[in-house]
Amino acid sequence: MHILSVLLLALGAVATLSLALQASDGVMSFHAGLMGLFFIAGIALLHRRRRNWAGGEGYEDGIIRAGAIASTFWGVVGFLVGLVIALQLAFPVLNFDLPWTNFGRLRPLHTSAVVFAFGGNVLMMTSFHVVQRTCQARLAGGWAPWFVFWGYQLFIVMAATGYVLGVTQSKEYAEPEWYVDLWLTLVWVVYLLVFLGTLWKRREPHIYVANWFYLAFIVTVAMLHIINNLAVPVSWTGTRSYVVWAGVQDALTQWWYGHNAVGFFLTAGFLAIMYYYVPKRAERPIYSYRLSIVHFWSLIFLYIWAGPHHLHYTALPEWSQTLGMTFSIMLWMPSWGGMVNGLMTLSGAWDKLRTDPVLRMMVVSLAFYGMSTFEGPLMAIKEVNALSHYTDWTIGHVHSGALGWVAFVSFGALYHIVPIMWGRQRLYSMVLVNVHFWIATLGIVLYITAMWVSGILQGLMWRAYDHLGFLEYSFVETVAAMHPFYVIRALGGLLFVIGSLIMAYNLWRTMRGDLRIEAAPAGTTASTVAVGAAS
Amino acid sequence: MIKHATLEKNSILLTVLILVVVSIGGIVELAPLFYLESTIEKVEGMRPYTPLELSGRGVYIREGCYNCHSQMIRPLRDEAERYGHYSLAAESMYDHPFQWGSKRTGPDLARVGGRYSDEWHTAHMQDPRALVPDSVMPGYPFLAKTPLDGSDIAAHLKSNRIVGVPYTDAMIANAASDLAAQVDPDGDEMEALLARYPKAQVRDFDGNPEMISELDALIAYMQMLGTLVDFGSYKAEGANLR
Amino acid sequence: MTFQDVSAFARTYGLIYLCLLFVGMLVFALWPGNKKRFDEASKIPLRED
Repeated sequence: MHILSVLLLALGAVATLSLALQASDGVMSFHAGLMGLFFIAGIALLHRRRRNWAGGEGYEDGIIRAGAIASTFWGVVGFLVGLVIALQLAFPVLNFDLPWTNFGRLRPLHTSAVVFAFGGNVLMMTSFHVVQRTCQARLAGGWAPWFVFWGYQLFIVMAATGYVLGVTQSKEYAEPEWYVDLWLTLVWVVYLLVFLGTLWKRREPHIYVANWFYLAFIVTVAMLHIINNLAVPVSWTGTRSYVVWAGVQDALTQWWYGHNAVGFFLTAGFLAIMYYYVPKRAERPIYSYRLSIVHFWSLIFLYIWAGPHHLHYTALPEWSQTLGMTFSIMLWMPSWGGMVNGLMTLSGAWDKLRTDPVLRMMVVSLAFYGMSTFEGPLMAIKEVNALSHYTDWTIGHVHSGALGWVAFVSFGALYHIVPIMWGRQRLYSMVLVNVHFWIATLGIVLYITAMWVSGILQGLMWRAYDHLGFLEYSFVETVAAMHPFYVIRALGGLLFVIGSLIMAYNLWRTMRGDLRIEAAPAGTTASTVAVGAAS
Repeated sequence: MIKHATLEKNSILLTVLILVVVSIGGIVELAPLFYLESTIEKVEGMRPYTPLELSGRGVYIREGCYNCHSQMIRPLRDEAERYGHYSLAAESMYDHPFQWGSKRTGPDLARVGGRYSDEWHTAHMQDPRALVPDSVMPGYPFLAKTPLDGSDIAAHLKSNRIVGVPYTDAMIANAASDLAAQVDPDGDEMEALLARYPKAQVRDFDGNPEMISELDALIAYMQMLGTLVDFGSYKAEGANLR
Repeated sequence: MTFQDVSAFARTYGLIYLCLLFVGMLVFALWPGNKKRFDEASKIPLRED
């Protein structure tokens, strides 16, 4: 096995390094060179750790520690780039009129950094944690999980540097070019095999429902990624390609992908986090396991249909728009079913919200989930969409889900995992968690209210007529009206970034083994303090 | 061991069930778009992009213009008055990938062709706020200074043909000369270019005859947006045909 | 294949098929015999650290 692995990696190194030398553009030789280095480093790592990977005992926790560090790092980076582009919209001089710093190239950098780098690392980290604990089995595949981890980081670096250097296929949230897509496909298939392999090794007869959500996330994202990114490269040694789909078919394929990147990456995956960590933190089983089954099947069935609501009133046939709208509205029910299931898990233990800021973060994330999954179906109604589409309302909606739900539940999971994985008694500081919670919540509120006002205002200004029946505002007047809201939004973003820096500091001190001496919050008993450090 | 096998089967069964359940919606919504004849309207005037326009489209994609500009006019009264006739599916039938966009931080560009002069675009790309003081668009002064790399333009046309754009052998064979011909109104190749690509606009777009710049290509692309379909002969039929 | 053909299929067999799927899922979730399994499964997260 060992010889075979080394041979495979060596083959990869030779192939990519020779591609680097023959590439027809600079970015391709840069990226192929990176892949070559990846394989060479892989051989070295394989050699050093061979004993560890050949027959490790107990749980594979090193990869979870690596995932916690990677998640925190990419989170801070992604939020920072978001702040930069928010400031660019308020103060366009910050584009510096250079190719590598303009908004058009940095915006995909932001979205990919937060969704795939931050969110993706959180999902991989938690899935590797949850699947081992709920199956009572060590992660399958020896070095394969580490290939998934490092391969995914390489995907992020190639995607991010590609955007800045002008390599993109312009499909939103699927911007990486064909060769980066192929690389991710390889990594993803290994991820699926590691996950399934661990399920096969399990010593627990049931497959816990969180694993169902993880499995749906992995399988469906693979399907979406492959179909949406089918492309013909201009040259096998160059970065450019042309997607096989055209026009209206490409539009629906893209938003079938795009909406389900939300549905399966940012929802199903993070619901898996909710189904493990909320019961864990509250120290009681999920409110209704039956409800979680109904939740699971109806959510994954309905979500996949909702894509066309991104294309209301476009050249997409009307029957398709109607289907998308109908299923989007139906989606409200399973979404709230899941939220209720999570919230009611706390019934009888609501006092924990006062004493445990980590649990509070998770519960507030569920409240934001409920809010944005109500707002989503509302915006999917064609008449509402006629106003909201193309405006900042959409941006506000996305961020109430992304900051309030995805990021908060991720922060909760990180705060829960780090003390356990580093064998610490508790977090360095619960007070800092509290500060993070409030500063980030204030940031989100500023962000989404600013975007509601600017979005609805701009939508109304576009369709305003004066008393003579002419359009009242030129386009640029509606842009100028956005300025104050863009400043407020950037302020909200700044608060969110500061919060994430506080978290990074707190987690770093926890990893080092420091404990800040803090008085227990009012009303805390010894047992609830210990929750922070649960075994 | 039998027990272990059934357990393994369970997770495979779960995976297969998940795949079946998530496939239904996608198949029902996507597949008919390729088979229903009513999806793309029958119109006069659509043709593949000229080599220069295609290169300009490449610049448009590379700089991420789609992040702030849509190319999809909805059939709403104010949009018709602001931007023109609502967009047809046929108008993006050769777009790999589509550029409908999802956000209008800047105005829609589906019919921006012919709305502004080349000189306006050149100055606007140099410094948007010199012309529109309240604009938040980044400046792209580097486009005018960067020579367009057209060395592999024939390969681009070939890839487009593989994915279904009807480029002819003659178009591919003459791709490089067609690219140069579109910025040279006094050249000999203009007639041949116009024969292959009707309605192609031929002139030096960025006002600098010394070099074919990326700005030439980008302006050539923008100036043809929304100009191809002959709306005089287009009749919308039936509710579902829009 | 026209829009009308697809639409007619969706309104009849398609609708029945999806309803049956939904009912099947509900029966599985609510079947009394499954209750014990589900209760056990719901305690899994509390077992390990």
